Amino acid sequence: MALATPALGGRTAGDVVRANLTKSQRDVPGLLALIALLTSVLVTILVLFTLIGTILVDAVPFLRDRGGSFVTRTIGSNPDVIGLWPGLYGSFIIGLGVIVIAFPLGIAAAVYLEEYAKPTRFTRFVQINIRNLAGVPAVVYGVLGFTIFAGWLGGLTGGKTVIAAALTLAVLVLPIVMITSMEAIRAVPQGIRDAGYGVGASRWETIRDHVLSYAAPGILTGTVLSLARALGEAAPLIVVGALAGGVGLLPETSLDGKFTALPMLIYGWSGQPTDADNRWQFSNSAAAASVILLALVLFFNFAAILLRNRYERSRTGS
Amino acid sequence: MRGVFLGAALTAVVISALILYTLFKGTFDFFRAIEWDFATLADSGWYPRSSRFDLRTIVVGSIVVSLIAMLVAVPLGLGTAIYLAEYASRRVRKIVKPIVEVLAGMPSVAVGFFAVYVIAPDLVSRVFDPRQPRNMLVAGLGIGLLVIPIMASVCEDALAAVPGSLREASYGVGAKKVTTVFQVVLPAAVSGIVAAFIISASRAIGETMVATMAAGAVDTAVYKGFSPLQPGMTMTAAMTNAVGGSDQAAAEAPFKVLFFVGFLLFMVTLLLNTIGDRYVQRVRQKY
Repeated sequence: MALATPALGGRTAGDVVRANLTKSQRDVPGLLALIALLTSVLVTILVLFTLIGTILVDAVPFLRDRGGSFVTRTIGSNPDVIGLWPGLYGSFIIGLGVIVIAFPLGIAAAVYLEEYAKPTRFTRFVQINIRNLAGVPAVVYGVLGFTIFAGWLGGLTGGKTVIAAALTLAVLVLPIVMITSMEAIRAVPQGIRDAGYGVGASRWETIRDHVLSYAAPGILTGTVLSLARALGEAAPLIVVGALAGGVGLLPETSLDGKFTALPMLIYGWSGQPTDADNRWQFSNSAAAASVILLALVLFFNFAAILLRNRYERSRTGS
Repeated sequence: MRGVFLGAALTAVVISALILYTLFKGTFDFFRAIEWDFATLADSGWYPRSSRFDLRTIVVGSIVVSLIAMLVAVPLGLGTAIYLAEYASRRVRKIVKPIVEVLAGMPSVAVGFFAVYVIAPDLVSRVFDPRQPRNMLVAGLGIGLLVIPIMASVCEDALAAVPGSLREASYGVGAKKVTTVFQVVLPAAVSGIVAAFIISASRAIGETMVATMAAGAVDTAVYKGFSPLQPGMTMTAAMTNAVGGSDQAAAEAPFKVLFFVGFLLFMVTLLLNTIGDRYVQRVRQKY
């Protein structure tokens, strides 16, 4: 700073004036407030790292010992030989269902509400509906899936199958896809649309080639986050009838039979008692499944965060 | 094209209607299954297999667990939000914000696992010596972790919506940073913070997996009052437990209670979310 002179002993003029005015009293309330705020941030971060750390401690030796067989084998009653293949299969189909059903439907609804709909009472009703749906607890969507997708549409889905589960979770994330897509489309500057109309493009051509391509990164961020959410949900799966990795019934890797998913295995294995005869416990396999689920979910989360950062930079940079 | 897009938007209305129909119809069937005998809804505990459904047990369970969750999430979430919005430099923000977002994306089963294998034995059992390692305190702490990021992000939005001119005016009259933040910015953001509180409470009540895995009571729950160190059952855990039966039971009251509790849960969260939304709108209108 140019204000620092030798006469002030290397301090800036501002420091000297402040010291004189406050008679060099320390700002005790300010310091206490800052300490309290920093504590809450650090506790939050620490808890997150403890959570991930303890899961890794339980999982890594188990995963190292079991290796690929834990991925390729099916579930059962002995943690020394079980695997999570049916869970991976179920989660894959569920993810696929979300991509095929929730993404196009949610984006199309957002296009209607942002580009076509006039601000009528009906439009507001639909928007309020979507916001309310986003707040409905996941387990209630399970009740919906049980009645509608496993019951009424049982002829199509085969009852309590992975198809019914995929439909249920697609419906669960649909409002999230709609809301994030609407926000992304709303952020498109009017000039982009006007430019489209100016060169004689129709409304649909303008939306397809200009609005959607401009909003694509924002839409993609929201959809990727909703995919992560769908992969981690277990409560609706319990109600729809997913198996929890218990003894007796075995899930299949089929579209029309008994099924399970990664979060269901973690839930089921976390409830099993310990057995001293076994080398590994169900807590180890639950931790290992958690690591794999976390890796999947965090991968999608990070992808979304990176996408958003890149998108923000390119917008402010241009 | 317009018709296709309209149809997609209408699915939201159709889903809402189906949820309402499913819950109403199921609740009606449940009442028919208990032969409209509402005395079964008041007992000494939640015994679904003997068709005794004491609502008090699961409602109190949900209240206790959610209160503990809020005690964890409100100070940590609000503190993190104030730090990120008012104190943190751009660089610190760029590191801390993604970490909070990772917590937001944490699957609830992973937190349930953490609650059962770490919070219960290493924290709650060491400090309080409860009768049973899994109890309502363990579930409440776990759900609190899940709610922190929601509290933090809604509060941060509320603080960011406070115009900079308010801060500059405060500094202009010689206020210190702490005075500016706590006596100017926070009061200006109060409706957003109330909204964050209400939305977080709604999430805590609706959270299912941690409550099912860690609250202690399985299948049945004896009413033990408000003590958090007792095992208990939340409304959400009562729902997952109701599904545990086999297919033959699907027509009877122990299963149908799923719809009744789901209906109550839906109404409570809908009410809270609507009130929370009102407060969010108020912030938008003011500035």
